[in-house]
Amino acid sequence: MIVARTGNEAMAEAMRQINPDVVAAYPITPATEIVQLFSKFVHDGLVDTEFVPVESEHSACSACCGASASGARVMTSTASQGLALMHEILFIAAGLRLPITICLVNRSLSSPINIHCDHSDTMASRDAGWLQIYTENAQEAYDTTIQLVKMAEQALLPGIVSTDAFIISHGLERVELIDDKEVPKFLGERKVNYSLLDVDNPITLGPLDLQDYFFEHKRSEIDAMNNVLPIIEKVQKEFGDKFGRYYPIVDEYKLDDAEVAILVMGSTGGTAKVAVERMREKGKKVGLIRARVYRPFPKDAMTKALSKVKVVGVMDRSDTMSTLGGHLYNDARSILYKSDNQPLMKNFIYGLGGRDISIEEIEAIYEQLFDIQKSGEVDKDVVYFGVRGE
Amino acid sequence: MAKLKELAAQKERFVGGHRACAGCGASIIARQVLMAAENPVVVGASTGCLEVFSTIYPYSAWNVPYIHNAFENVAATMAGVEAAYRALKKKGKIKKDLRFIAFGGDGGTYDIGIQALSGMIERRHRVLYVCYNNEAYMNTGIQRSSATPRGAHTTTSPAGKVIPGKLQFRKNLTEIVIAHEPAYAAQATLGYWNDLVTKVRKALDAEGPSFLNISAPCRLGWAYAPEKTVKVSKMAVESCIWPLYEYQDGKYRITIKPKEKKPITEFLKMQGRFAHLFKWKDDVPIKEFQEEVDFIWNRLLKRSEVS
Repeated sequence: MIVARTGNEAMAEAMRQINPDVVAAYPITPATEIVQLFSKFVHDGLVDTEFVPVESEHSACSACCGASASGARVMTSTASQGLALMHEILFIAAGLRLPITICLVNRSLSSPINIHCDHSDTMASRDAGWLQIYTENAQEAYDTTIQLVKMAEQALLPGIVSTDAFIISHGLERVELIDDKEVPKFLGERKVNYSLLDVDNPITLGPLDLQDYFFEHKRSEIDAMNNVLPIIEKVQKEFGDKFGRYYPIVDEYKLDDAEVAILVMGSTGGTAKVAVERMREKGKKVGLIRARVYRPFPKDAMTKALSKVKVVGVMDRSDTMSTLGGHLYNDARSILYKSDNQPLMKNFIYGLGGRDISIEEIEAIYEQLFDIQKSGEVDKDVVYFGVRGE
Repeated sequence: MAKLKELAAQKERFVGGHRACAGCGASIIARQVLMAAENPVVVGASTGCLEVFSTIYPYSAWNVPYIHNAFENVAATMAGVEAAYRALKKKGKIKKDLRFIAFGGDGGTYDIGIQALSGMIERRHRVLYVCYNNEAYMNTGIQRSSATPRGAHTTTSPAGKVIPGKLQFRKNLTEIVIAHEPAYAAQATLGYWNDLVTKVRKALDAEGPSFLNISAPCRLGWAYAPEKTVKVSKMAVESCIWPLYEYQDGKYRITIKPKEKKPITEFLKMQGRFAHLFKWKDDVPIKEFQEEVDFIWNRLLKRSEVS
């Protein structure tokens, strides 16, 4: 069925069709709508879910842990400060290997307080042991929400699927919905090896783990992250085979014959694709790489993509506050350390606090990349694009 | 009323061999609470002494399903467990009739976890929340909490040269919980085991959230000989420092009324944490503590009479 939906509506629709056992959530701009719409589904009897309207995001994540440890299929939704408030429990959920899916809307972290898009919230949680998938549009957000539930349950790792605040969360788009009956069929029942509710086989979950065992347990969690890419690929393929929409780990656009490329994530991927078209009309060989799966970082696929061009402009919607530029830039540079084919690289930090990025601005970035190609030198590694005083 | 013989014949749900201090009140409480439960239970614990001494990997003292999440969120974690139970029971995936118990110390309950506790009760999760109240952050080495009594020495409210221990009175958490109108709330202590067991059963039978604030003498933090735990626990009741009462359906009931109300000095002199008060330049700290105890006790008497 083809409908018009905002990103938030599309994610809420996916949650309705998934029909989780437990949703524990707390509203926060700009993800409030997801929680509101889902509450309505509960009160209208459209889902069987036990909805727990908690008193904070900290409790939301905590309740999700308890429910997931009990064998339930569990989801929540949040943004920005809400994710920051969950921060402590994010690590615990991953350490206890509890599959939980967060429908997240990327919004900048205070201060200054702001409700618009950047990626500082999820970037601050990138080391928590959660899968992170950034989507470009409402369709991808909807599809990925469904996929992520399956990936998380198979990998026994929690995951975050995100959209860009307002740009996607509130933008109305064409979305193709899957038939209600097909979503539960695609997901199947959650398979549970251990449950807190199995009173005949009691387990102790979350014991104190000291010098003699902690490291092995943490290592097994790291291994789970090391081994999850094939699971992600498998679920994406199953989804594509069934519903016709295939997603890559790393989204490449007109890259094969490109001389220069932009590496970006989230909704700007869509804007940049238009810029690519325009540049190509002018005969300029530009391409695009979009990091869809960010945690785990897809080292091989990303190295391959980056190595195809001479110059890469990495666009980050967050800064590491370390003098080293943005998160994606640092990851991309790091994986190329041993590569024989290292493109020149420049980091463009842009759009913090929701500052708009236009097609023309991205075209200007491409022009800068051509200048670098010509001179063979990067004048300045990290620049702040579209900010006063730069 | 529970029979000791029957309780003793039960399979242990909280077993020995854990690493609590000799004379630890919290471990006695955990065992008594689980003994009292007649249905299968799922337990959660907040970070604290009980969690630390009962589950050092690869050992566990828990013969029941157990989860520890973090310090301030056992109420929210168990709310999630209980929600999952309702969801899966509705779908026929769980057949048994289970009960849910959350354990938190006074740090995890009175202070850092009060928000999650309030939320759990307000949303009416059918969970019994047990606060094993040893009146300070014992796990980290005896720091003051809002449950620490006036005058007590702790490492963050030390008995100093100009300030004699903690300056503030205890927070009355039981009354804060009662203001939420839970299905059942009570104060108990380990020295009155039958009273405690009866209250646990009432709490687990109540259809809704329930709360037990259980005084848990701590031989290390309260500074007394380990064999005195039960005596200290009983003296807290006899001096009315820790009244044993319950609240259900809008009614207060004092469950154990001391025959003769002893002065609080009888309780204070048993413990090193109050020793400095007897050497203090004046009797103000003890006098004010006694006044606080009298005020709360008299108010409780009135409330139970009205009920």
